[in-house]
Amino acid sequence: MAGMTRSSPYEVTTRTRASRITAVAAVALLALLVVLPLFAGRGLIQDMFFILTMLVLAQFWNLLAGYGGLVSIGQQAFVGMGAYAMFGGVILAGMDPIPAILLGGIAALIVAIPTAFFAFRLQGPYFAIGTWVIAEVMRLVMAQAKALGGGTGTSLPRTATREMWATEWIAGALDVRNSAARDILTYWLALALAAATIAAIYALLRSKRGLALSAVRDNPEAAKSVGVDAGRMKWFVFLTSAFGTGLAGALIYVQKARISPDAAFSVTDWTAYVLFIVIIGGIGTIEGPIIGVIVFFLLQSLLADYGSWYLFTLGIIGIVVMLVAPRGIWGLITERTGIQLFPVRRRLSGGSLKED
Amino acid sequence: MAILELENITKSFGQLKVADGISLVVPKGQALGIIGPNGAGKSTLFNLITGNLLPDAGTVKFEGRDVTRMPAMQRCFAGIGRSFQIPQPFDNLSVFENLLVAAMHGRNMDQRAVQDDCAMILEQTELLAVANRPAGGLSLLQRKRLEMARALATDPKLLLLDEIAGGLTDAECVALIDTIRAVHVRGVTIIWIEHVLHALNSVVERLLVLDFGKVIGVGQPDEIMKRQDVREIYLGIEV
Repeated sequence: MAGMTRSSPYEVTTRTRASRITAVAAVALLALLVVLPLFAGRGLIQDMFFILTMLVLAQFWNLLAGYGGLVSIGQQAFVGMGAYAMFGGVILAGMDPIPAILLGGIAALIVAIPTAFFAFRLQGPYFAIGTWVIAEVMRLVMAQAKALGGGTGTSLPRTATREMWATEWIAGALDVRNSAARDILTYWLALALAAATIAAIYALLRSKRGLALSAVRDNPEAAKSVGVDAGRMKWFVFLTSAFGTGLAGALIYVQKARISPDAAFSVTDWTAYVLFIVIIGGIGTIEGPIIGVIVFFLLQSLLADYGSWYLFTLGIIGIVVMLVAPRGIWGLITERTGIQLFPVRRRLSGGSLKED
Repeated sequence: MAILELENITKSFGQLKVADGISLVVPKGQALGIIGPNGAGKSTLFNLITGNLLPDAGTVKFEGRDVTRMPAMQRCFAGIGRSFQIPQPFDNLSVFENLLVAAMHGRNMDQRAVQDDCAMILEQTELLAVANRPAGGLSLLQRKRLEMARALATDPKLLLLDEIAGGLTDAECVALIDTIRAVHVRGVTIIWIEHVLHALNSVVERLLVLDFGKVIGVGQPDEIMKRQDVREIYLGIEV
């Protein structure tokens, strides 16, 4: 039974050769991305900011839907509340925009509690619609906030953006203008947020709680009968995703510096695109959203001038991928090659184990 | 000493009474078989014992403690393990991970403390060779074995087996019986619902017959099977 001290003939491993290479490559890539503003133009930095923030939103939606089985189409609620809380901190409380980002995460976390309380009473498609309705309610409520511009929205005060933390230092050190320094600062924050998000989700999936999360997704009733607290897992995943999504929302609007309820609570921008990224990349994997966001960015760059044809094309691609490769592009790659960059499966070896 | 005591358990789904005043005492270490026609309320009785369903009236006691209102997860901690009639594996986890999650959460221990025990349960249930395969791709026998192995991984004092031999070939059935017997010998109390009578009777010491949510008879398997009313209800034999 448990607690034996004899040496075991068995061994459990999670790492693979590919994952060791990934770890080295990830550190190298991260280092490269950190120094990118030294030689990249402002346009590339802005594109990278967009990619990184969409990646964060996609990772959190994937945690929610792909691992937690909670298919929400109301994540714009947390982007919007995060962004508005940051604006509130700056305009009403006179905070610096950078620390106000944290306020965005906390605000999203707080509104997520009553949201979960109502939405968890609903299952499957009803849960999805329910989250959307709650997000719409939040949009309408924020449109009443006269101090934050009401329905037409408002901008961050010029003094707040000009004197933002560290921008003067960056402008001096890299010899760029104040506005470019602001883009570099928000880019670095987006990079830090994306790296921390991926690292935290990976650590979660490899933990005891992560294993329980997969069990709940596969079969909640059976999970309960083996001692997993399925209800608590749902709360944990929902609140964590809300917090991360709120941080990303606040950061996105520090960079935009202008907010309106329709933009901040846009279901297309903050949920439909995010769904597209996760689904074409591969739901339920960490690699999927990374691939998805790159594909999404390329499509957007190619088709952005075609207006509604762009959305039409995205829709068609989404449908085709769901029919042909329901596990997404990364799913196709792992099926063919068996490669896992972020392995979470625990492999048993040794003893009398001989694989068939 | 009694490990499980049911007192006057009643449960209805609308007009249908699926448990109608069931009372039962199971002594520690016993192997009890439950038989009855389809729809007699056998699986419902299991769901009431495990807490996947709550009774309308009556009490469930486990090791002398009233657990009637306790959620399924807590009853697992208390020592009630179950297999489902239709296997419910965690499809995307490996077989080994199916056991790990049960052992880590059911016993509230770290992976290091339970991983060897999980490997040994895989040996015992003859699943070691498929330990690293996704559970979703297993054969029926393997899925049935996994149901039992996963329940054992929670280190139960009381193991509930729901038609674990159903749909298996004779040879597969014999192999499974050996495993169940080995578990019973270790001192685990077993309640086993089964239609495959020869399998059931080669393990259990006591037999309970259920029909329309009522206990028709309980006692020595031989004597119960001789009873005229049991033969009529259960085997559909005209007399």
